[in-house]
Amino acid sequence: MTSADAFLERLPLVARDLVTSWLPEPWRWLVNSLISIAVILSVFGLLFAYVTLAERKILGRIQNRPGPNRTPIPFINLRFFGLAQPFADGIKALTKEDLVPRGADHRLHFLAPVVLLAFSILTFAVLPYGRHLVPVELNAGVLYFFAAGAATELAVFMAGWASRNKYSLLAAMRALAQLISYELPLLLAWVPVVLVAGSLSTTEIVAAQAGWKFNLIPHWHVFTPWGAAGFLIFMVAALAESNRSPFDLPEAESELIAGHLTEYSGFKYALFFMAEYFGMIALSGMAITLFLGGWHAPSPYLEFIPSYVWFGAKLVVLLLGFIWIRATFPRLRMDQLTRFAWKFLVPLALINLANAAFWSLSFPWAGPLQLLRWLISALVVVGPFVLLGRKLSVGVAPRVYRYAT
Amino acid sequence: MSASDLSAPAAGSPGARVRAVHDRFHGDLLEVSMGPHHPSTHGVFRMIVTLDGETIVKLKPVFGYLHRNHEKLGENVTYLGSMPYTDRLDYLSAMTNNWAYALAVEKLAGQAVPERAEYVRVILAELTRLLNHTCLAGFLMQDCGCSGTPLMYAFREREYILDLFESLSGSRMMCNYQRFGGCRVDPSADWLAGAQTLTDRYGAFLDEFETLLTGNEIVMARTQGVGKLSPALAISAGVTGPMLRACGVNYDLRKVDAYGVYPRFDFRVPLGDHGDVYDRYMIRVLEMRESIKILQQALAGLPGGPIMDPKAKLRSFRPKAGEAYGRIEGPKGEIGFYLLSDGSPNPSRYRIRPPSFINLTILEDMCLGHTVADAVIILGSVDIVLGEVDR
Repeated sequence: MTSADAFLERLPLVARDLVTSWLPEPWRWLVNSLISIAVILSVFGLLFAYVTLAERKILGRIQNRPGPNRTPIPFINLRFFGLAQPFADGIKALTKEDLVPRGADHRLHFLAPVVLLAFSILTFAVLPYGRHLVPVELNAGVLYFFAAGAATELAVFMAGWASRNKYSLLAAMRALAQLISYELPLLLAWVPVVLVAGSLSTTEIVAAQAGWKFNLIPHWHVFTPWGAAGFLIFMVAALAESNRSPFDLPEAESELIAGHLTEYSGFKYALFFMAEYFGMIALSGMAITLFLGGWHAPSPYLEFIPSYVWFGAKLVVLLLGFIWIRATFPRLRMDQLTRFAWKFLVPLALINLANAAFWSLSFPWAGPLQLLRWLISALVVVGPFVLLGRKLSVGVAPRVYRYAT
Repeated sequence: MSASDLSAPAAGSPGARVRAVHDRFHGDLLEVSMGPHHPSTHGVFRMIVTLDGETIVKLKPVFGYLHRNHEKLGENVTYLGSMPYTDRLDYLSAMTNNWAYALAVEKLAGQAVPERAEYVRVILAELTRLLNHTCLAGFLMQDCGCSGTPLMYAFREREYILDLFESLSGSRMMCNYQRFGGCRVDPSADWLAGAQTLTDRYGAFLDEFETLLTGNEIVMARTQGVGKLSPALAISAGVTGPMLRACGVNYDLRKVDAYGVYPRFDFRVPLGDHGDVYDRYMIRVLEMRESIKILQQALAGLPGGPIMDPKAKLRSFRPKAGEAYGRIEGPKGEIGFYLLSDGSPNPSRYRIRPPSFINLTILEDMCLGHTVADAVIILGSVDIVLGEVDR
């Protein structure tokens, strides 16, 4: 029996067919899709809830404090590491008063969180979660994903504009500048993948990363020079796209109070929060699909673990990375943010595109030539990285201090 | 709210004079009132900033929201009665406030202080300096946009120092510890051992803190070259403390006035060359390292004897008519108390030189041309406590 039709691997499909088998054939596809939507919403809803809890607890641990740990489970009064905290937060958000400033544009103010959430949920449609788990097979899935993802910044701008608050307005301007700056490196980072894999379909990109070299090193894109560079550029741009620290300028708590969220309260605020995490999860999922081998296991001996578990495990690792970065870095300034994008990430991504083109042209090279291929490709990435990085930090250096005599 | 709220100030109003070009192409200026309720105005400070895009073209500091009539109160209570009020000035450094006030009264009354008390005062003042500078570094990084990590590490160390203060004086922050002619209670051997442990450990904490921040690329990019202050302006504005030394001016009252027993200790005064936010942060870190040296020497050389001058009078204390100004190098700069006595139990005039208030006066000069994000860290690097600014 191959791993493709192992029972665990097929389990989600079997469960779905159990539900829909009694339906007449013409109705089945509709119910199947509805079930996919329900599963995605509930799984990622729960993931969101517990990522927030994990973030608060990990942030707490990094900062010498326990984090939320006192929320009991109702009626049985067990605290259980504060696992009920997300639900308590949800109830709080639902029961809070929804304040809308008098000068605000009421319709836009209402629409912004809805649009934001809608677009960030749309991106979940094309991610291949497992060998048999692709909600929608699109042959331009990657394009669709980034089109839907880019629309979320529009919603942030709507929120900032509609609030009629000066801090929100500043945040909206920052959000737009950030969108324009970071959309480009984000897109340029994945173009090499499409170039090498030869497809815009997420399923085929994952299929292109199957197999292992010497049964040891997976054929993931991240294990090639251009793939590693692309992955890093992608993750940095993803940090900026999902407004996470150190690129959380639209929210910039210490400067703009809460940025575009200043005038939002109650459940609308919770929706923003949710959409932000959905965006983060979706971008991590895309990074896994494009660079980290999708749902493929890292070793042939671990293939007995179902593919969707591997996807989930990789997702959790990336999310923990996001949390760790948030706990460590201060925020950039607006001009530094845009300079970093235009003078560092974009040129590097363009060079990387040429690098990927070289990689796919040199595909037939064999024997010692293969070593040369690696060497050239690595040099093309590392050289510009060092040069551009040195130019970026001109005038910034640790200092030596003198003492009065 | 009408549409004109967000438009530029009319010609002739203060905001209009800053930018000569004001036409359709350049757009409107935006006036934002930052504070008094804002996450990074360090209390109830308020800045009215006029923005061109995100660049500050005008900044007007507004304060007084925490005014408590401190100086007038001082004229209506006895000399000793003012001592607990001085805790509430700069509530991070109650010990140095107490000392400066006690020093002024001692000068007024010609009161001598026993040697042990002088040593204990130095120990407490340097602990206060550690406490204040650690908190400042944490807050500054918070203003830079860290999600609380440096602040929490700073607060962990602050708690250890506050524990020491609490076990000595009975209160974490409102210590009310110094008296005219000595200190209120004698530190026990246990307490001194605790202070020694803390001093021995503190260098390791600073190393840890600096590893995370000092060489951090983002911290350097955010703070270097931001909020530059020229030595000339700093001197003419009366800026003191680490802010002045960050501009490269060698002025430390511990060396200049050589009050107390400071001349007996071997320590250096670090100086900056750029006068920007990074220098102000680094000068404080380096000063903490010098403070550790002073603490080691003071704890090692602490003499025995009484903690209070036996001839000192606390109740029905009436200094003869005259005036005195006592000043010390507080963590934020020169903290001074001016007292005028007419021979009654109350001072007839009581006046404070608050370092953070005077350091704050040049805020606009430092902020002009920088962005909102910079204004927040420049304010953070000034190190203000509103209890002292508003009094």
